[in-house]
Amino acid sequence: MAEPLLIIENLHKKFGPIEVIKGVSMTVAKGEVACIIGPSGSGKSTLIRCVNALVPFEAGSVKVLGIEVNDPKLDKLQLRKHVGMVFQQYNLFPHRTALQNVMMAPVQVLKRDRAEVEAEAYALLKKVRLQGKEHSYPGELSGGQQQRVAIARSLAMKPDLMLFDEVTAALDPETVGEVLITIRQLAEEGMTCVLVTHEMGFAQEVANEVYFTDRGVIIEHAPPAQFFANPTDERTKSFLSKVL
Amino acid sequence: MDLIAGWFSHLNDTTGINFTVFYDAFDRARFLNGFLVTLELCGVTITGSVLMGILGAWGQGARSWLIRVLVQFYIQMFRNTPPLVQVYFFYFGLSALLPKVTDNLGMQHPLIGGFIWASISLICFAGAFNVEIFRSGIEAIPNSTREAAEALGYTRLQTYIHIVLPLALRICMPALTNNLVNLIKTTPLAYAIAVPELLYVSNQIWSDDENVPEMMLLLFIIYIGLVGILVFAMHRWERALRVPGLGR
Amino acid sequence: MSKPFAVLLPLPEILHHHSAPARFRLSLRHGAALLGLLLLVSVAANAADAPAQAGVFTVLARWTPLLLSGFALNILISVMSMSVGTILGAFLGLALISPNRVLSAPAWGVTQFFRNAPWLVLLFFMIFLLPYHMQIGPFTFTAPDWVKAVIGLALPVMANVAEIVRGGVQSIPNGQWEASESLGFTRRQQLWQIILPQALRRMIPPWMNLYAILTTSTTLASIVGVNDVVTLAAQVLSAEGSRPDLLAPIYGYVLVMFFIYIYPIAWATRRLETKYQVRN
Repeated sequence: MAEPLLIIENLHKKFGPIEVIKGVSMTVAKGEVACIIGPSGSGKSTLIRCVNALVPFEAGSVKVLGIEVNDPKLDKLQLRKHVGMVFQQYNLFPHRTALQNVMMAPVQVLKRDRAEVEAEAYALLKKVRLQGKEHSYPGELSGGQQQRVAIARSLAMKPDLMLFDEVTAALDPETVGEVLITIRQLAEEGMTCVLVTHEMGFAQEVANEVYFTDRGVIIEHAPPAQFFANPTDERTKSFLSKVL
Repeated sequence: MDLIAGWFSHLNDTTGINFTVFYDAFDRARFLNGFLVTLELCGVTITGSVLMGILGAWGQGARSWLIRVLVQFYIQMFRNTPPLVQVYFFYFGLSALLPKVTDNLGMQHPLIGGFIWASISLICFAGAFNVEIFRSGIEAIPNSTREAAEALGYTRLQTYIHIVLPLALRICMPALTNNLVNLIKTTPLAYAIAVPELLYVSNQIWSDDENVPEMMLLLFIIYIGLVGILVFAMHRWERALRVPGLGR
Repeated sequence: MSKPFAVLLPLPEILHHHSAPARFRLSLRHGAALLGLLLLVSVAANAADAPAQAGVFTVLARWTPLLLSGFALNILISVMSMSVGTILGAFLGLALISPNRVLSAPAWGVTQFFRNAPWLVLLFFMIFLLPYHMQIGPFTFTAPDWVKAVIGLALPVMANVAEIVRGGVQSIPNGQWEASESLGFTRRQQLWQIILPQALRRMIPPWMNLYAILTTSTTLASIVGVNDVVTLAAQVLSAEGSRPDLLAPIYGYVLVMFFIYIYPIAWATRRLETKYQVRN
């Protein structure tokens, strides 16, 4: 088997005196979809931010494609070229149209040719089924539409790994579906994905491996069929009984 | 005290940096009096303008159309015109319309002196801003809170005193602090009508002793110090009023 | 979007959204009420006049051109102070938000000092300590009093603009910083392409408010000898023989001049404030 895309070893993260991640280890192979579930405050969002170097961590190691994230000499741009992130609050740039949002980073950060990027941006927006909305501002789009633009924006950087931080949590139930369809499509095309999510149904259908975190540690992990049918730990069972 | 006086006197002799207020008894006395007048002016105007703000905010919600218009007129006039001209209008203009008093030497004095006119003018000026500040605090209180009070039998006045004001005060503290700081910075205006406050006496001192930069430095330090004390006091008050879960 | 100077022209962002319909609440009534007060005082004064003296309105009419020329100086001072102060304040504001402490710490000191110092004291400071003749390189400037007043007033404007910049940038949600950082933008790119264009719109109402305050503060220049409308008003009063019945009308007249200039600014500021709040 090839070297895993993402290797997290014994990660520890503190906010002040409080340790929110207490020794997490996991690996994600290329093309795999890993779903992280768990109660609020279990450290899921912090974990994903550590992977993307948005947040520093004290101990342990995170390697993306062999790049050590915590290396003080790391040029973060090298990491960001390979890792894309989509947020719960979409975080689109409200003063730019959808098309501009998707185009900005490749043009200004990667310094790519504008015409090329523009063609790709149109294609990406078409892929997330937002044809015709290229020149709309985020304020004119629904939550689900904005989230899909956010996905397209991250995809424009041609990442190897996509991180999703509870991307459907802020959406109306009607629009959740359209975003999940988009993510599933990505997964079927072979994109390596790590999702923090509450959508158990989605995890069951799309994930290769489901991880349950509670209070900063991974309690258990297994392929979805096994995970949802036969959870081994008491805490997992208790959590699943509340949400399913 | 003598040590300080001696050190500053020495400083003057050697470097020419002349802080006469520290070693010259006459200057020191003048300066301290000016400082006291400034403190008085600040105290009176801060208190008065806050009361004015509370009154005005009450008036803005009055049922009488006339009161509401009068309050609006007051606010707009004092917010959109220069405080200096307001002081002149009061001190020269209105004062001339009032009767004069004759003292026992047969000399005529205006009925109301410079300090009082300056205070009235500054209270009206800062009060107008305070009315807007309190109004925004009051408007931030949800209608449902007022409805609940009414359902419990509170009159409008009681609701205002016991429920609306305490909540509004907490909400608008930062803006209120800002305005009171501005008030302290505006008090040197009184110089223009010969109120013997800090700037006025400093002017006298530097005219006599030609030590403008030194006096300026002292003035800056004192005013910034006064502002610092006010901000500190307001923060303490804010903390004392803090209710868990209210605001951020 | 990748035009290099696009950031200097953020107008599309600012003008993009439709404005809320105008609300003329009490504006006409204020002006009317203010004129009414002036009328009242003048009538009262007139009533007390000796018949041989000229009426109040005649006097006001006679001196209006002169007073307006003085008022023009006030406006000139305010515009120049605001311009200089805004430019300096923009730089100071950028230093204030810099993660580099070598920049942000002194910037904080300067901002705090000029925000908390009384404006009149700063004016005195400039008048006394700036020389009449200044030599910068081969050029000699003469700085009349009103220019010193411009400099004196530009300093607190600078500090307040820096604070407005800081407040505007801080009000942008953290998510914008996170998203742009995730996409690989450098801090400079984040600031100029994403954060500042959004923050600029929010800075406009407090900036306009600052201008209104500055304009009323230009009258302080009269205390240090500048020939602005307040000084001219005093001269008019002495030219008319220091009649006590003219005091209130003349100063009231000056109040009205400022009111007519500043009230529209204040009204526009309020409209912009509510418009931007509704958007968010």
